[in-house]
This record gives sequence, structure tokens and C-alpha cells, in this order.
Amino acid sequence: MNTEISGIIFMYVAMVLLAIPLGSYIGKVFEGQRTWLDVIFNPLDKLFFKLGGIKPEKEMNWKQHLFALLTINVVWFIFSMIVLMTMGSLPLNPDGNPSMSADLAFNTTISFISNTNLQHYSGESGVSYLGQLILMLFQFISAGVGIAACAVVFNAMKERTTEKLGNFYNYFIKSCTRILLPLSIVVAVILLFNGTPMTFKGKDKFISLQGDTVNVSRGPAAAMVAIKQLGTNGGGFFGANSAHPLENPNYFTNIVENVCIVLIPIALVFALGFILKRKKLAWVIFGVMTIGFLSFVVPSVYYEMKGNTSIAKLGIAQNNGSMEGKETRFGAAASAYWGITTTVTSNGSVNAAHDSFTPLTGMFAMLGMMVNSFYGGVGVGFLNFYIYMIIAVFISGLMVGRTPEFLGKKIEAKEMKIATIIALLHTFLILSFTALSSHLYAHDPKTYASWLNNPGNHGFSEMLYEYTSSSANNGSGFEGLGDGVPFWNITCGIVMILARYLPIIGPLAIAGILAKKKFVPESAGTLKTDTVTFGIMIFAVIMIVAALSFFPALALGPIAEFFSQK
Amino acid sequence: MKRNTDNKLFETSLMKDALKQSFVKLNPKILIHNPVMFTVEIGTIVMLFVCAWIFAGEKSQGSLAYNLIIFFILLLTLLFANFAEAIAEARGKAQADSLRKTREDTPAKKVFSIGEIHVDELKIVPSSQLKKGDLFICETGDTIPMDGEIVEGIATIDESAITGESAPVIRESGGDKSSVTGGTKVLSDKIKVRVTTEPGESFLDKMIALVEGASRQKTPNEIALTILLAGFTLIFIIVCVTLKPFGDYANTPITIAAFISLFVCLIPTTIGGLLSAIGIAGMDRALRANVITKSGKAVETAGDLDTLLLDKTGTITIGNRKATNFWPANNIDKNIFIEACALSSLADETPEGKSIIELAGINTNTFSTNGAKFIEFTAETRSSGIDLPSELRIRKGAFDSIKNLVTKAGNIFPEETIQQVKNISNNGGTPLVVSQNEQVLGVIELQDIIKPGIFERFDRLRKMGVKTVMVTGDNPLTAKFIAEKAGVDDFIAEAKPEDKMNYIKKEQQGGKLVAMMGDGTNDAPALAQADVGVAMNSGTQAAKEAGNMVDLDNDPTKLIEIVEIGKQLLMTRGTLTTFSIANDVAKYFAIVPALFIASIPGLQSLNIMNLHSPESAILSAVIFNAIVIPLLIPLALRGVAYKPIGASALLRRNLLIYGLGGIIVPFIGIKLIDLLVSIWF
Repeated sequence: MNTEISGIIFMYVAMVLLAIPLGSYIGKVFEGQRTWLDVIFNPLDKLFFKLGGIKPEKEMNWKQHLFALLTINVVWFIFSMIVLMTMGSLPLNPDGNPSMSADLAFNTTISFISNTNLQHYSGESGVSYLGQLILMLFQFISAGVGIAACAVVFNAMKERTTEKLGNFYNYFIKSCTRILLPLSIVVAVILLFNGTPMTFKGKDKFISLQGDTVNVSRGPAAAMVAIKQLGTNGGGFFGANSAHPLENPNYFTNIVENVCIVLIPIALVFALGFILKRKKLAWVIFGVMTIGFLSFVVPSVYYEMKGNTSIAKLGIAQNNGSMEGKETRFGAAASAYWGITTTVTSNGSVNAAHDSFTPLTGMFAMLGMMVNSFYGGVGVGFLNFYIYMIIAVFISGLMVGRTPEFLGKKIEAKEMKIATIIALLHTFLILSFTALSSHLYAHDPKTYASWLNNPGNHGFSEMLYEYTSSSANNGSGFEGLGDGVPFWNITCGIVMILARYLPIIGPLAIAGILAKKKFVPESAGTLKTDTVTFGIMIFAVIMIVAALSFFPALALGPIAEFFSQK
Repeated sequence: MKRNTDNKLFETSLMKDALKQSFVKLNPKILIHNPVMFTVEIGTIVMLFVCAWIFAGEKSQGSLAYNLIIFFILLLTLLFANFAEAIAEARGKAQADSLRKTREDTPAKKVFSIGEIHVDELKIVPSSQLKKGDLFICETGDTIPMDGEIVEGIATIDESAITGESAPVIRESGGDKSSVTGGTKVLSDKIKVRVTTEPGESFLDKMIALVEGASRQKTPNEIALTILLAGFTLIFIIVCVTLKPFGDYANTPITIAAFISLFVCLIPTTIGGLLSAIGIAGMDRALRANVITKSGKAVETAGDLDTLLLDKTGTITIGNRKATNFWPANNIDKNIFIEACALSSLADETPEGKSIIELAGINTNTFSTNGAKFIEFTAETRSSGIDLPSELRIRKGAFDSIKNLVTKAGNIFPEETIQQVKNISNNGGTPLVVSQNEQVLGVIELQDIIKPGIFERFDRLRKMGVKTVMVTGDNPLTAKFIAEKAGVDDFIAEAKPEDKMNYIKKEQQGGKLVAMMGDGTNDAPALAQADVGVAMNSGTQAAKEAGNMVDLDNDPTKLIEIVEIGKQLLMTRGTLTTFSIANDVAKYFAIVPALFIASIPGLQSLNIMNLHSPESAILSAVIFNAIVIPLLIPLALRGVAYKPIGASALLRRNLLIYGLGGIIVPFIGIKLIDLLVSIWF
């Protein structure tokens, strides 16, 4: 078999094989069972609890959980603003990089705290090492918040009636110390041995063969790369992200980093099976996500390996596929595979230029973010999926002639209202803001000429991609868009905030309300959610509700580009 | 009211009224309650303005004919949806009218009191003037003017006007058979009745209002579905509105007609148009089954039931026990024993007694009963029998009473008869011991006869996920036997009224929904506690007040039908929602290429149905969208057939028919319509 294809199949198999035991481990962590890491991390947890005055055994209802979640976010938001705006004169700044302006600090903070990691600065020159460390801290915090919210929802889905859903701070700290930190250490060490720098020294210098002196940026990169991959953050240490040779030195590190992107999102699905003792349900959810993922990744790999039709028309052979914007050390297949894994999850780290993907690969990358729940971001991916499950349960519950029930809880008007609003939100944010920018551009192309590198359909894709990426809290860019201007900073910022918190609040509220309801035991008339049929139903709901509503927009962007190229 | 099995959906008389109502319901004030169709109405009005604009000379919006056709199709879509609701209401109304006929103003013989004392001074007043608490008299041949409770007397009453059952029933004051219904006729005797409801507030009045739609409130499931449908509508508003700047960017002018067509096609008009018709039709089906419900919610709840409490007698078994076997004691000739049994039952008018004579197969006229003395059953002796002039004393009674009799006389109660008595009990039967001159002759075995077909019905319920519980006064042994034979899942033996209540509470604490049927006043608390309480129409007023449904047929197995009606109601909504949303796939593929082909010729490849032109594509989609509503009205009114094959299998089946079908059918439909439309466009 083609080695490039064997490479990505290996990556996928490795991902699943690692995710299954990790899922049981995460399940044990949230259930408060003993794990072998307790010896090392219990003292650390106790320290945090003591410092924060947290009583981890004090259980919270869903509103208290939300309050805790927002508190964490607000506190760190203020802290980050201060550091980013003063870091120029703070320690750990060997290269003498400047402090950020208020608007850039604001944008960067929101971007990192919302797990988006849209970067309007370049790591090499825009932040000090202290700044990088703060951003790295955020990559733990935002991922930890997502996983903790997911843990609350898992807890709420159990078969019982209660308001008490565990302690948010406990989930949050455990997510960081028991899941993210140990995994990051392992990954960082692997990267370190493959050449990724980990130092507080300033730029290094060497004299090239031509005799020029070249300054090479470095810094504590290995640690940051590990968490940016694991926490579906995606904010790289260097501007070029994982296409940068120091951030992703070789094919092996590429495999490690790519596996990390999807590892925790898949593991969380298996953790659900462990916590609810519903293994079959976990496999159904995993199956739906996988079919969705494959339906995006297979054609993408195919089109990237096939090469660019425009170049083919020039009579140039493309034996290695479409290599524009790709690294030769990864190749077309691994780049396409990364491109889809990073967009179906809300990661957003890149190892190739998404702008240069063939049109349909670009579309599948966008679809991955539009659906945003085929694996999805750490924690939040499942929360998005949960919303689609609620809608699917509702419709199919009616279809079997019963008031819809999900895991023994009746779904009524209030839950449907929340689910509908959350399902709407993503479509609304992406389409309405793309419409706004299209409107501005269409009516005054001269003023906004700097926005778009490419005219026509591809330019439209660039705008659509930017808002899709913001709304999916993905953070990757279809570069080519001149996004460093106030219009894009502000609108993307708004989209990022709304798209981060509302889709966490919604599922948390639904799960909390359902948990309080009376538990209805299963009977022969109850709709079973752990069946293939129900899996098909969820898939259909996601495709028709989420994917199809973007059909007209995609038709004007990548689809038009694809058919026009023929 | 006769049970209406007439399945003709569109009677001409109803059609006329429904057509008129279709136009009346165009009133935005009425339509706003249905958000999906309301947005269609806005689109229709916009199209009207567009037509006027083109008429005034605007050139950018396509031909006037094309726009006018779109306008008319949208109007038609609205009318179809309104018609669906109107025809459902008309059918309900027709059903209600036939009920109402039974309670037209009838003269009532009202009892007036002078001061504190009721003297039977009667005055004829119209029934509409009767108030709650008034007393009236009904004599032979009178029609009872109002629902009420008999306070004095006993009468046979013909209730066929309500139940369709022609055999007269007996109603008397006190006890559980004291309630009479307005519209029924007294066949004999005289009763004094107290009015129990205010005029216009009887169950029937409430039900009539429900089916007519006047007081129909949306049920919880309907509200949740409306929210979801409104959400879909909002998504498609966003999709269509944002298409304008997208089109501007791509230099693709999109006509208003195309926008509105895309929007109307995408929003779930099919389910939106049929939603209220489905709800009304559900109530109507309940009414056709002769069940009066107090609210639509009760019917929906019935579909969710987990547990049914059923009385044994009359529901699971045919009302009365029957003699099935004679077991003579040792050394007793069987024929002598049978003759003794028959003799002892000669004067026994109970069904059990009659069944003994029947089983004995002896012509009772051959008996010479001159000078015989019949001994009536009393609660004290708990036995009955006959004393013949030939010094023969035959007694028949329960085991312990005859045992008493025998042992008192110094005789031995044979061991093998004790064994026989036990055997009969263990097999669910009732033993009656017969003695002659205080010597045991043998045992008669009485058995409950389980209704034919009941086992299958319980099996069907089990497959629906409904647990059946038999309530009986029998001892646990007998109860267990009958429970097994009839196929019920559980039983309450030696049941006292509070046992039912406790059982219901226990089940409800486990999160289950419980239904029960009852008629007596002592059933009232349990009826109120149950999630669905069905009171028999013959039951007491208290029972009827406590339950949330009344069964006019007094048929205890009616609950099974009610469960199916409830399930059908929800299923019809779910399947049509699925169908409606699945339709969108084809509509996208019809309209989206049509919008952009002019400026981006490459998108012709998306025109997978190979529709003739952009105009014909849009028209075909809109026409399909409109005609699918009337085509589905019969389904909405009849309801999707419920099959108890388990939830997963049911989902698979419905997903295949209405989901996959919903994706495929419009592709075919739109293509066919396009072939026709392409002649002109």
C-alpha cells in the first residue's frame, strides 16, 4: 500500500487504541476512583485546594457550576490582560519583545481563554517568554474548563434524580493535573528528543553557507506545543505553527502531534461509557463521530493526493499530489489528514496552509468546523454533540409514540428551547457575520481591497472560513485574509466569546434540568439510544440541520471554485 | 351516539365548511399561533407586492406571470394548511354535533321547594335553566335533561343514545350506579335526580369544545415541537437573508421570488401545516372510540403509560364465574351428586347458580318441588339450598360454612374433599361444597372464564412496554392462577380500595405513568392519583370528576385503545416532522443551483435532477411543497399506524419510510413536476 496512506491509517489506529484506555482512566478520575497517578498529584491538588479555599467534596447544582466556570474565566482574563500589556518590561524577555497594545491583548486573551487560539501576533516577535508561559497556562485553563464542563454533563446524565453534580473546581483541577499535565509532559519530552527547543535563552545565531548571519528564534516551545495539541488549543509557539521545523521537526513528531489533536476528544466519549456504564452508547457516539470524520477526511486525502487541477492543466506532473503550501517532510496525505483532524476538533493548529488546499478539502475543513462535534474540542465537542442528541431524541421519541426520553429523563419544552437556540447559534454567527463582511466588500470593494488576497469564490471562502473558525473556537486561518484590521479583530472577538460560552452554558443547563427530573426506568416502549438506528438518526440530524444550512454559502465558495476549475 | 366507524375522511358536507374556514383562517391574528405558516403568509404578502411592483414597470424581478404563479402557489400552500386544520375541526364538530343532538333542550320536571321543605311540586322548565344542585323528576318515557345523580328511586334507563348499547341498564340511588347522563331515556319507574354540573360544563360540553378547537390548548409535546419548528424556521430565515449579501458579493442578483421560494421550501411547512390537524384528529379518534377526555394532554399521556391497573371482573374475566366440574366425594354416586347440586340451585338466581343447572344438564321441570322450602343465601349462613318434603336438606356453600354445618352435626368432613377444595383453589377456581343432611356429597368447581383474546391484547401491551396489573378481591392463590392464565404481569389480590392507591403511588415513585379504570366512589382517590384515570360513564359522579377521561361504553378494555390513540398521535407528529425536514435535501438541490447558475455556470453540476431551467426548478420545488400538504392530510387525520414491535424496530421502520422516503420522494416529485412545468418555463 502507498506509504503515505499507511501513515495516516497508522495515525488513526494509534489514536483510537490510545483513546480507549485513556477514556477509562478519565472516567476513573471523574468518578473519584484511585489511579496510579494519585501518589504524585494528590499533594499538588491539595495545595491548589488549600490555596483556593476550595472544598472539593462540596457538591454544586448546575447554576453554581456555571458560576464557578465563569469566575475562573473572568479572573484569568484580568490577569492575562495585565501581563500581556506589561510583559515588555517584565522578566523572561531575552529578545526584548514589546508589550501588546490594549486591543491586541484583548483579542489575544479572548482567543486563548476561549480555546480558540486565533493569533493576530507572531510568537517570535510579538510576545516575551513570560507572555508565552501565560498563554500556555491558558491552554491548560481553557482545555480544563471544557473538560470539567463535560464532566458535569456526564455526571448529570447518570440514572438518578439529583441536583448535586460534583464540584466544578475539583473537576477543573483534576482535568489539568490528572489528564492534561501528565500527557503534556510525555509529549513534550518526545518532542524535546526530536529537536523542539525548550530554553529560556534568547535568539540563537548561525552563519549560513552564504555567509549571512541568521537569527533563529527559540524558547520554551516543547512544553507549549504539547498542550496546544492535547488541549485542542492550536496556538503555536512560532507564527508558522506546526509547519515550523522547530515546532514539528519530522514525520514522527507529526504523528505524535496529530494523534494528540484527537486523543482527548475521543477518550472523553469512552469516558462517558465508563461513567454511565453504557459502553454501547459510547460506541454508538464514537461510531457517528467516526463516520462523519471519515466522510470528510477520505475525500480530502483523495483530492490532495490527486493534485491541483489548475496546475495539471499547465501540464505539470504532480506525482506527490498538491504540494502548494505543504511541507515536504509530511507530504500531501498527512497534511490533508492533519487539516481535517484539526478542524473537526476545535484545535486549529496547522501543518500546511489551508488556503492552498484544493477547493473541496477546504470545504471539508470548513464543514468540520461547521458541525464542530465530530470528536470536537476537548469537552466542548461532546457538549455540541449532546445538543444534537437532544434534538434527535426528541424527534425519534415522537416517532415511536412516546414523550421523548433521554437516558430516563423526559425532554420537554424548556430543554428543547435551549437546544434549539444553541443549535441555531453557530449557524447564525457564521452566516450573519460572513454576510456582513460580504455586504461591506460587495458595496465598496476599493476600501476593503486589502481584506482579500484572492478575488471571487476563493475570497468568499476566506471570509467564510475566518468566521467559521472563530465560531467553532478553532483558530486556524484560511490565511490570505487580511485579518489584522480592527473590523476582523472586533467581529471575530465577538463571535469567539458568544460561540465559546453559550454552547457550554446551554448543554450544562439542559443536563442540570434533566438531572433534577424524575428518572423513568426503561421499558419495551422506550427509545433506546445505544442502537445503530439511533446513531443514524443523530447523523441525519447533524447533516441536515448543521451541514445543510451552509449549503448555499458553500455553493458560492469552495463548491463554485471546484466546479469552475474543472 | 352510535360508535362511528365510518372512515370516510372527506364528506362533501364537511368539505364545504372546511373550504370556507380555510379562507377565514388566513386572518393573521389566527395564523400567528402557527409560526411556520405565519412566515409563509408574510412571504405571500411580499410576493403580492412584488407582483404589483412588476406590474408598475419593474424589470429586474422576472416576468409577471412567473411571479404571479409563485404568489398563487404560496397562497395555495397556506390554504392547504388551513384546510387541513379546518377539515379536522369539521370532523370533530360533526362528531360533537351528533353528541349535542342528544342534549338539545328537553323539558325538565323541576322540583321546587317551599322554604326548607321539598314538596314535590313540579314545574316544567327547559333543561338549559337547570343549575347545579337543582332537583328534577324523570318518569317512564322521559328523557333525562341533565347529568346528575339519583337521590331517590330506581329505574331502567336506555343509554343507547350515548353508548350505542341497546340493552337497558339499571340505575338506583346510593352506591356506584347512581349517575345518569343527559340525553338518555328512562324506560321504567321514577327517579329523583340532583343536577351535578353547571350548564355548559358537563364532560360532553368540555369535549365538544376540545374537538371544535375552541378551547384546545397546545399539549406539552406540541409546545416543544412548535419550539423546534420555530427554531428550524429561524435557521432558514438566517440562511435566506444572508444569501442576499452573498449573492451581491458573487455578482449574482437573486430575485425576491427566488428568496421567498427557497425560504418557504426549506421551512417545515408540511408538519407546520398539519400540526394542529394532527392534534385535533387525535381527540377526534378518542371521541370516535367513545371516550371523552378532559384535555388533549390526557390523550398524549396515555401514549406514555407504563402501567395499567385493570379490575379482574369484567375486564379480564367474563363478569361471572361458571360451574365447570362436579367432584363427588368418595362412595357418592356422581348422578346423585349432580341431581343434588341442581336441586340446591333451583331457586338460586345468581349467574353461578344458573351455570350449575346448565352444567348439570338436567331438565329441572322433572323435579317435583311441591312443598319444598328454598333456603336463601344469607351473610350469616353463607350457604343456600333446599329442604324437600322427603326430609332431605341439601345445602351448598363455601368450604368453611359447610364444614361448620357438617362438624356441628357430629359428622366427619372427608379428607379427600378437603384435598379437592384445595386443588380447585390452586387452579384459580372457587369450590362450593354441597351437603345432604349434613353429610358431604362433593364439591362443585366454579371457574373464572377469561375473556377470549385478552391474552393477545396483554401481549400486545407488553410489546408496547406497558405493564398490566390485575386487581381482584380473590385470594392470592386464585389471583395468581388467573393472572398467569390471562397473561397479566402482576396482580393485587384481596384488594381493598387503598391497595390500588398505594400501588399507583409506588409505581409513580419509580417514575412510571399509571392508568386505571374505575367506577365507584371509592375508586375516586385512585382515579385522581393515576396519571390517566378513566371513569366509566355508568360510574358515580365522584369517579367521573376524579378521572380525566370518561368511557361512554363502560368497556374496561378501552384503556388499551386509548394507549394506542395516544401513541399514534405522537408518532404522526414525529414522522411528519422527519418527513418534512428530510424533504429539504432535495429542495436544496433544486433551488440552490437555480439561484446561481446564471453567474456561475459551473454550478450546473449541482443540478443533479437535471431540471429544465432556473424558473422551472423553483416552481417545481414550490409546487411540490404545496401539494404534499393535501396529500398528507389523510395520514394526518387517520394517524400513522402503531405497531407494537418494540421502540427500536419502530424507529427503524419509521425512519426508513418517512426519513429515507422523505429524502427520495421529493427528488422524484420535483423532477416529475419539472417535466410538466418545463412546457411553459
